[in-house]
Amino acid sequence: MKRILIVGGGTGGTILANNLARRLRQEIDSARVSVTMLSASARHMYQPGLLYVAFGKMPASDLYADEKALLDPSIHFHVDPAESFDLDHNEVKAKSGKAYGYDYLAICTGSRPVLAAVPGLMENAHHVYTEEAATKTAEALRTFQGGRIAIVTGVPHKCPMVPLELTFMMYDYFKDRELLDKVSFTYTYPIGRIHSLENVAKWAAPEFDRMGVRYETLFNAKEVDGVKKRVHSEEGSVVEFDLLITVPPHKGMEVLEQNKLGTSGWIPTNRATLAMEGRDNVFVLGDTTNLPISKAGSTAHYEAEVLGENLARLATLGGAMRSYEGKVFCFIEAGKDRATYASFDYKNPPQPQPPSRAIHWFKLAYNRLYWNSVRGLL
Amino acid sequence: MSEARIVDARGSFCPGPLMELIAAMKAASVGDELEVLSTDRGSAEDIPEWIKKVGHTMVSSSEEGGVYHLRVRKAK
Ligand SMILES: Cc1cc2nc3c(=O)[nH]c(=O)nc-3n(C[C@H](O)[C@H](O)[C@H](O)COP(=O)(O)OP(=O)(O)OC[C@H]3O[C@@H](n4cnc5c(N)ncnc54)[C@H](O)[C@@H]3O)c2cc1C
Repeated sequence: MKRILIVGGGTGGTILANNLARRLRQEIDSARVSVTMLSASARHMYQPGLLYVAFGKMPASDLYADEKALLDPSIHFHVDPAESFDLDHNEVKAKSGKAYGYDYLAICTGSRPVLAAVPGLMENAHHVYTEEAATKTAEALRTFQGGRIAIVTGVPHKCPMVPLELTFMMYDYFKDRELLDKVSFTYTYPIGRIHSLENVAKWAAPEFDRMGVRYETLFNAKEVDGVKKRVHSEEGSVVEFDLLITVPPHKGMEVLEQNKLGTSGWIPTNRATLAMEGRDNVFVLGDTTNLPISKAGSTAHYEAEVLGENLARLATLGGAMRSYEGKVFCFIEAGKDRATYASFDYKNPPQPQPPSRAIHWFKLAYNRLYWNSVRGLL
Repeated sequence: MSEARIVDARGSFCPGPLMELIAAMKAASVGDELEVLSTDRGSAEDIPEWIKKVGHTMVSSSEEGGVYHLRVRKAK
């Protein structure tokens, strides 16, 4: 029997598992293939929903679904986080003490915000990258009566659209509260324009000008002075704030670093085959790769589809056929009732369209459709 | 020449070569050399600009078959 082990039950892992269950139905039924998943939680979080939680537009309870209910019943699911990886002997040991052997391994443990990477950030900034932080941000926004808001973005971070989306949504939020004349916005960004995607930056800059949002580029936070309420950058500039909002720097999971699978928890991954460098039966997908592409759910989704097809072939016929071409698709909320999107791959840059209400409604619909998407029904 | 860590940012529109370099620089130690591979012409300008602004060292820059090789050293 060929054993496929998936470590991580988030966007990438769940889509991969269901994709394999569908492709390998007969082989699984006749015990020629098994698919096992280990995860750190019995619940699956729809992370993009955190942005809406921060603006009081979604209850936190709507973020979650039971992971087992999202998985095809043929998948062996264990809430048993991986602790050590013995890749030479095709074995993963988990927290329970149990060892899980495999013929093919997929690692998709996601990424985590690391506010401690910038001194003072944790103590002074709000963010939307955990349920607790998003809930606190909602309270900070609700009680804010005016002053200087600074938006500071760390590198690397998950979901490239969040810095812009937070700014647009805060602007509309304070506009609705008729506080715009008391609020100023300073948006900072690590590179020399206001978004990594050139076409998105070109579209967003005049929007910021129209809104009166000041922007400061080539700004990488070095430290936050909570007493003087200032953020100092590596580049030598300073931004002052009354309310500090951050898109925090991220790392991969600590357990991957401890197991020496990759610097900062990012696993070196082949950009086409998604195999871990130096291994032919270990694959990586989602935020966990070291690939130079957006850490986004859509990235994990497209990678999982390619890997599903390839792993199904490897486990039956032998030999993978498909390459991942770097495809990413991201919605961009451009305020409370308009949105646009960016779609691109390794070869083709995005051509963003003007924001529209229709795209915003489609994004809201997707917030619900996500659960069908990870089930493999879309 | 000492061995440089390769930051392969070919075909990267987002986050893009400079953001990839900034992330790699954070994980590097003072004195380490990194070589960014990029297919984005803009990075031949914005990487040296950032390196200068922060105070790191630009070691070399070249182009071969549409791929830019930008070698830098972490200075602080
Ligand atoms: C505020 C916010 C907004 C976002 N907006 C968007 C958006 O609009 N569009 C978009 O495409 N993406 C968006 N994203 C990003 C998207 O949610 C992630 O990129 C995506 O979930 C990554 O999928 P993944 O499978 O790599 O990791 P995850 O979905 O994070 O899953 C990781 C899984 O690994 C498990 N795990 C962790 N450690 C272990 C262990 N040791 N052993 C076993 N399992 C483990 C976890 O329990 C989890 O189930 C957003 C994210 C945030 C936070």
